[in-house]
Amino acid sequence: MSSESKRVSKSRKSKSTGAILLEFLGSMNLAITLLVAVAIASIIGTVVQQGQPYNDYLLKFGPFWFEVFERLSLYDVYSAGWFLVILTFLVISTSVCLYRHTPVMWKEMTRFREQTREASLRVLRHKGEWSAADAKVAEAIVQSALSGNGYRFRRKGDDKTVVYGAMKGRWNRGGYIFTHLAIVVICVGGLIDGNLPLQWRAMTGSLEVETRAVRVSQIPPQSWLPDTNPSFRGSVTIPEGKRAGVVFLPLREGVVVQQLPFVIEVEQFRVEHYETGQPKSFESDLVIHDPELDEPLRQTIAVNHPLIHQGFAIYQSSFGDGGSELQLRAWPLRGGPDEKPQEFEGEVFQSQSLEIAGETRTLELEDFEVFNVRPDVVESGRRFRNVGPSVIYRLRLPTGEALQYENFMLPIQQDDRWYFLSGVRSAIAEEFQYLHIPADPNYRLDRFMNFLEALRDPQTVEQAALRTSEELLQSLAVADPELAPAVAHTATDMVRRLLEGGFGAVEQHVTERLQADAVEPARREVMQEFSRTVLQRTLARIYQDVVTEEAGEVSPISLDEWDQQFYVDALAAISALPEYGAPMFLEVTGFNHIQATGLQITRAPGQNVVYFGSALLMIGVFLMFYVPYRRVWTLVKRNDDGSAQVLLAGTAKRDPLGFEKDFARLKLELTQRLAKGSETANNTAGTRNGDT
Amino acid sequence: MATPNDVLNADYERQGFLSSLKPFDWVWMVACVVGYLGVLSVYGPAMDRYEHAILVGTVISLMWLGWYWKPIRVYGLAVAASTTLALFIYPDMAAGEERFLLKYLLSSQSATMWMCALFIGATVAYFAALLSRSAFVGKTAAGMTWCAAAFGLIGLLVRWHESYLLWPGHGYIPVANLYEVFIQFAVVTALLYLYYEERYRTRALGGFVMLVISSAVIFLLWYHFDRQAHEIEPLIPALQSWWMKLHVPTNFVAYGAFAVAAMVAVAYLFKLNNPEGNILGRLPSFEQMDDVMYKTIALGFAFFTLATILGALWAAEAWGGYWSWDPKETWALIVWLNYAAWLHLRFTKGWRGAPMAWWAIIGLFVTLFAFLGVNLFLSGLHSYGAL
Repeated sequence: MSSESKRVSKSRKSKSTGAILLEFLGSMNLAITLLVAVAIASIIGTVVQQGQPYNDYLLKFGPFWFEVFERLSLYDVYSAGWFLVILTFLVISTSVCLYRHTPVMWKEMTRFREQTREASLRVLRHKGEWSAADAKVAEAIVQSALSGNGYRFRRKGDDKTVVYGAMKGRWNRGGYIFTHLAIVVICVGGLIDGNLPLQWRAMTGSLEVETRAVRVSQIPPQSWLPDTNPSFRGSVTIPEGKRAGVVFLPLREGVVVQQLPFVIEVEQFRVEHYETGQPKSFESDLVIHDPELDEPLRQTIAVNHPLIHQGFAIYQSSFGDGGSELQLRAWPLRGGPDEKPQEFEGEVFQSQSLEIAGETRTLELEDFEVFNVRPDVVESGRRFRNVGPSVIYRLRLPTGEALQYENFMLPIQQDDRWYFLSGVRSAIAEEFQYLHIPADPNYRLDRFMNFLEALRDPQTVEQAALRTSEELLQSLAVADPELAPAVAHTATDMVRRLLEGGFGAVEQHVTERLQADAVEPARREVMQEFSRTVLQRTLARIYQDVVTEEAGEVSPISLDEWDQQFYVDALAAISALPEYGAPMFLEVTGFNHIQATGLQITRAPGQNVVYFGSALLMIGVFLMFYVPYRRVWTLVKRNDDGSAQVLLAGTAKRDPLGFEKDFARLKLELTQRLAKGSETANNTAGTRNGDT
Repeated sequence: MATPNDVLNADYERQGFLSSLKPFDWVWMVACVVGYLGVLSVYGPAMDRYEHAILVGTVISLMWLGWYWKPIRVYGLAVAASTTLALFIYPDMAAGEERFLLKYLLSSQSATMWMCALFIGATVAYFAALLSRSAFVGKTAAGMTWCAAAFGLIGLLVRWHESYLLWPGHGYIPVANLYEVFIQFAVVTALLYLYYEERYRTRALGGFVMLVISSAVIFLLWYHFDRQAHEIEPLIPALQSWWMKLHVPTNFVAYGAFAVAAMVAVAYLFKLNNPEGNILGRLPSFEQMDDVMYKTIALGFAFFTLATILGALWAAEAWGGYWSWDPKETWALIVWLNYAAWLHLRFTKGWRGAPMAWWAIIGLFVTLFAFLGVNLFLSGLHSYGAL
């Protein structure tokens, strides 16, 4: 190839503009530049995550850079005009190389260069020279040695001088053609399967990209593609028992709808889990309703086991909730004692408005999981347990702000005690912060909620506080009838503050009040301690009343250790409620799990073109690397007396060490055989002489 | 009269293929067939037709490899014998803790630890041999490398068995996560190096190549002790395919070859700095090192091309498209383009020497990013090997 380019450059003066352009396009420098350019451009697409919602980019980069990056199509680099231009140039460059070099390669494969003259052989790096007694014998030996070493050759010569042009591994040069042709073929195949036509239509406006989250029926016809579209790749989620005849193709910042010529019905979806909670396998029972089929086609597809139907390939790609129906109970966490739990039904992916504790929230049910497996680290390694169903939802304020929650249906064991867990976070990127509500002896929420309800009732609190104050003052031997109601009032106020801001807020309030009242520092400590005691005893009394009522008793029952611990846990939860940020606790009381299967559907007519190109590439690479291309020449010069001079010469730039070995082997063989051949020739000549 | 034909009849003795085979060649062929039948009798019923095809292909490749590179036969027989022994005495996971041979030598954990220790030892020994010019130390180093590679492969094969003990019916070939492929990387790189050591009759490059293997070993140890990565996790559905048996090992032959090329390039550059140096002067000639670099990059490129095509075929079946511009795929393309450019410059421009050596080293970093960095920093479909 390099020799050819030299020849070309020598005759540049006489070249036309077209030839110069051709030379530029086929030049190695351009090829290398393009290889590196594609590599660098590809890197960009791996650094900026591709195909994300535009809002995410806006948040990440800010409005200015978002705009700049969008102009540069950095959110879909591999479909970007500039990227395709580089790729196109790579294909053109490769094609021009092929166009220019295929004839050269063909010559190298087919021509033996037997016209070479002695002088040009003498300058080659590897040489061997011998004298032979008989030129004919020498030629026979040369021929046999060349073919024995795998060379094909062509003979040319006259009476005096014979040149054997020999070569082996000529398919090495075919490797060049195959590999470069392969690149062009693969790129063309990729182009057939790419979404270039869609990009074009979206750019010219004949296809509208749907960016809203709406139902299929609401998407306008300008965003639909007919079922004649030859190539696409999209996905669709179908709940169990439902059917779909479309698939969504991601395009720019939204999707377009691809009509299918058949309808896919999902009869059942199954998923199995390992004990670690990871999915072991998932599969869908599909029924294809195609007017071209006499009866519906039934097949189960699984990951790695797609269904191919009339050029459409249907893959199992994911799974998720398909709109599970949930029975829910919203326990009020705020408001007066009149607020009672509300029972209602919900469906995943639906939202509904709730009025609770005088506040309005939109409940958006986002996901429901039946299994949640958590690893437990125990002494003998790890053990896994399923902690049961969970629901993920958002509570949106009328102002639009929302917090996300994750609630577990069943209480979860932690250190021998059971808690209802509810996680909250304000952004997807954050970890959930969990509220632990202790479960009562029946593994239910009732005791905690009764306790909380009692605390929310000012009258109950006031009464309990009064009794507590009286007892306390008595024990301190303070006999001021005015004092007890005042203390009780303060205690009630503290309970209210506890519900509004947690223990921290109560402490802060007490400290501030003591400072405002200018209580001298020495007494502050005592007063603060007194406040704490009043609050604690009031809370304890209310708790005891709740437990007593729960037991159906009238006179206060004594609390055992378990009840005491429940009380501590309950107070911790209550103190955390203000941070929990919701006016309600959502309990799942029942569910009907409906799953959905995520299908990927493609039509890729270019696939076989790409596979053909890949096969070419593999064959070509193998030929280029492992079929060494070698040329040697043998020159047999006949002397007047019938003896001959034999010259063997060759060279290889690409694989000098390998060639050296190969050449040495050939040289050794010729050395041995030519010597032996000469002997034989001499001997036979002698015998003949003896006969006469 | 003597015609040229007489001379041809008294032909030069050129050996035929069959007569060139020595007894040990036949032993190897027979061993391969026996091994094949053994695997077939034990695992045959559980294999699908693709796995049968892969097994036959593997056996044929092994036969060829044993013929092409003789020392691999001893290695192969030793690994096969040890693994067979381990499988016989390993009916359940508890045996791994109870049986002495398993606990201290042949369970995947122990074998891997032996591999780690031996590779580190071999690195030291190779450098000691280079410094002391001692042929004995050099032989010891090579012996340690062979043993390390054997333990690594035994560890992987036994781990394959262990995965079935842990997850009955759902075991898998241990090339599914970073921990497992790092072992594979170390083994493949070592074997490739040993091949070139034998072909070029020099042990001077050993220390350099062992450096990259030792780095992998250190990562492996950290991964084991800090992240408990040695635990055998169950296999996610996307990886449950016979394609994995082809795609991953093919890829790691390429990575191993690229690693050898880069480390030879390091030696090349060291020698370039001080060609007549007392120690560096003992490295092979520039021409030889250049040749090894080219050979390994060519080998790596061929295998990388094959691995990427296999990956595309698998992706078409698992993800619904042969090419998705997933970060791993894209980085595979970048690695491929990079070495394609390297080969073009060498082939057509005849570039040699320092720039190509530097490029080979940079190539290893690009490769490293493709196989480790993508998992660490980028997300995508190939997110199996996250740390």
